[in-house]
Amino acid sequence: MTDVNVPSSLDGVEPVQSVRTPIRMEYTFTPGVAAQTYLREFGNKKILGNVSPIDGAILVPPRGADPRHGALCEEFVEMPHTGHIGSYCVTNVPIPGRDLDLPYISAWIFLDGADVGFLNLVAECPPEECRIGMRVEAVWKPDEEIGMTAENILYWKPSGGPDIPFAEAGVRGWHARKQGETNA
Amino acid sequence: MRKVAIVAAASRQEEKMLDTEVEMMIPLISEVKAKTGLDQTEIGFTCSGSSDFLAGQAFSFVMTLDAVGPVPPISESHVEMDGAWALYETWVKFQMGIIDTALVYSYGKPSPGSLQDVLSTQLDPYYVAPLWPDAHAVAGLQARTLLEQGIINVDQLADCAVRAGTVESREEYFSQPMLSDPLRKADCPTYADGGVAMILAAEGKAEELCEKPAWITGIDHRIDVHHFGVRDFTTVPSARIAAEKAGVHDGPIDIAELHAAYTTHDLLLRKEMGLPETPNHSQRSYPIKADTLMASGLLRIAEAARAIWEGDANRALAHATAGPLLQQNLICVLSGEDT
Amino acid sequence: MGTGGELAAVVGVGMTKFSATRGDVSMPGLVREAAQRALEDAGMQWDDIDAVVMGKAPDFFEGVMMPEIFLSEALGCVGKPMLRVHTAGSVGGSTALVAASLVHSGVHERVLTVAWEKQSESNAMWALSLKQPFQVSINAGAGGYFSPIIRQYMEVTQAPELIGCMVAFKDRQHALLNPYAHLHQPDLTFDQVVESPMLWEPIRYSETCPSSDGAAAMVIVNEAEADKAENPAWIHAGAMRSEANNFPGRDEVNPLASRECAADLWKQAGITNPREEIDVVEMYVPFSWYEPMWLESLGFCERGDGWKLVESGVTHIEGGDLPVNCSGGVLSSNPIGASGMIRFAEAALQVRGMAGDHQVTGAKKAMGHAYGGGAQYFAMWVVGQDKPAA
Repeated sequence: MTDVNVPSSLDGVEPVQSVRTPIRMEYTFTPGVAAQTYLREFGNKKILGNVSPIDGAILVPPRGADPRHGALCEEFVEMPHTGHIGSYCVTNVPIPGRDLDLPYISAWIFLDGADVGFLNLVAECPPEECRIGMRVEAVWKPDEEIGMTAENILYWKPSGGPDIPFAEAGVRGWHARKQGETNA
Repeated sequence: MRKVAIVAAASRQEEKMLDTEVEMMIPLISEVKAKTGLDQTEIGFTCSGSSDFLAGQAFSFVMTLDAVGPVPPISESHVEMDGAWALYETWVKFQMGIIDTALVYSYGKPSPGSLQDVLSTQLDPYYVAPLWPDAHAVAGLQARTLLEQGIINVDQLADCAVRAGTVESREEYFSQPMLSDPLRKADCPTYADGGVAMILAAEGKAEELCEKPAWITGIDHRIDVHHFGVRDFTTVPSARIAAEKAGVHDGPIDIAELHAAYTTHDLLLRKEMGLPETPNHSQRSYPIKADTLMASGLLRIAEAARAIWEGDANRALAHATAGPLLQQNLICVLSGEDT
Repeated sequence: MGTGGELAAVVGVGMTKFSATRGDVSMPGLVREAAQRALEDAGMQWDDIDAVVMGKAPDFFEGVMMPEIFLSEALGCVGKPMLRVHTAGSVGGSTALVAASLVHSGVHERVLTVAWEKQSESNAMWALSLKQPFQVSINAGAGGYFSPIIRQYMEVTQAPELIGCMVAFKDRQHALLNPYAHLHQPDLTFDQVVESPMLWEPIRYSETCPSSDGAAAMVIVNEAEADKAENPAWIHAGAMRSEANNFPGRDEVNPLASRECAADLWKQAGITNPREEIDVVEMYVPFSWYEPMWLESLGFCERGDGWKLVESGVTHIEGGDLPVNCSGGVLSSNPIGASGMIRFAEAALQVRGMAGDHQVTGAKKAMGHAYGGGAQYFAMWVVGQDKPAA
């Protein structure tokens, strides 16, 4: 600690150890062109993906960009509400600002036909039964609560059917499909 | 020192952009790549500047990287500063001799946030920020000091505002009410969303990519004291030192693109750097009319480069600033001729 | 091949004590503590420094926008050039590389570099989980992001379940040898690590990095200055790579950016067999399983074999021939903005013979490593006791 010269008039006065300064800032975000289109249709219970102009890769949710090429994605395609789990974890840590029962499963959902995944909750599934490659389907909020918001899908639940093999699940799927195309 | 030039630039500014940062930057980055015929794999280094507080998100620059197309992987870095400093970091990399081309970009969207509040958080968090003095208030303090010490007078402010185009005449200036006494609306910046992208290249490569490379003949940056009680509002030592080190007066300056968001700053900078109060050439654009935080400085450098490319200038000065009241300054001198 | 440009070396290292809350210092106090120690180690005064490069992670961690601005006096920057780097978690490393570049390029002779985080000032968990607009908030921090990746590594390699616990236990034991480390747990047993609660399965509480306040600083100088110093750590190589974090077919377990960064690094350093030629590694392991994962990615072993190195004990300072994170690593101290620089600085201390109780005997070449974002930003360096070969 550095020595500080304090005037004698402050002898015996308790030094200030910390000061609490609340900060509040408000931001009004715009979703951007791609997200606007996505959210509008999400409000109609449709899930859209972007199509890459370079090689047709399907990116969900649409961000208007193919990050491999720095290319604008302006084409959309409607996606099914089913997919599989690319990977997941069982979490015992609460999310600030959300009221969730612990533990909960957060997973990378790869929709059927999509080439990238997105993070969302998996529920109606005991954690020990969750696995990579498990097929899932969307569980939407009740119709009257659906709006132009990212929160329309409450979670994903097991849909039954055979698992996607690990070697083709999640990020591995792209290479498996490319291999399949080469071999065809 | 190795000669480095700016060979292409693209920029965009709009008061309230609906695009996300990525959607905004993709066309700009694509444009400079197209102009030079380079694709990302041929670019030696990429560097950008932006601010999380401005974006309202931690790690905000991570998303914007998608606009570059960093697949396969790239050599890339980022500064939490105006893009002008990203350009400086890049210029240093050229001096190591390990790259021949580079992409530099920066962007900012002041519109989603309350910029005045955001800027207050840049001030000393223990003594000053809790008082929430906004940027205009702080500029007003400085303006009051300058006027009362007779360093500038109100007519100079009015003329500067007319020159920058925030008002049409002295009469219009003086008819405006005070915004932050003694500053009026015409003295203060209007903020705009925007971004800039540019390609730099070393001697030997620059000539292949551009007809008239804008050579960086001098570049330097310095920072002054922060704390208001210690700082002399009436001088800008960092600008003066940076201008000296960048060799501003090694030759005539045909155009000076100053990152002056306030009329007071324009006048102070000219004084400090020995530039004429009434320059022969107007700036191509004035930050006071459209100030894009985190990109305004890099945009000055882009404008100076454009002046060179378009033959409006042979020797151009570009200035960038950061921090409250011109605390940190970067000067870049560009030249069109072989020096 | 070399770094390019002139030679540069580390002649001063300074760190603060890392703890959950450094309530005894303000932000200026924290950075000065590290910077002052680095200057003293270098035998220099503030005026000897030509330029300052500062690095830290998101400013929301402290609630101050661009704090380097108000720290200009505290870091002796007045009248000097000052840069502020921010590359997410790798920032401490990339900051060191930017500082080194100022010397390699010949622009400056003596550079001070500081990386820090005072996470206790704001709320780190909140800052890491800030709700992204128009997206559902799912992530409860970095653990929630990396655990699914770790699960895939475990699946592919079929590694024994407790490999992660072995890494965590080792790093906490190493931390006992480092007075600056945040977590000092002398009574911790391996079983306690195994039995600690699962946070983001498969990652347990004890396999997770703490949230710390702290700063690290170095003085980097050119050859002429380093030749005057007693024991410089010469910079043999430095490399950075970035990639996107979500794209079709991305190898997120062993990112290409990491592999290419390491390949560039070894090439610059003239290293063809890292396992043999590197004496000690300081790598960025915030969650236990990243030690075997990075060992593979960096080329210390074949893909799929990282966990075997851990299991065999070679990464332990006692008896291991490839000791990893003798300082205790990120698992024992994690001021996010500083962690990368701590790795780089610890590597320098090792080759200078100044790592005290966690010194690896005879260490001549060391690697510093940092990563950030969605395992997409990488910064690495190699430092050596001897000047790099011409």
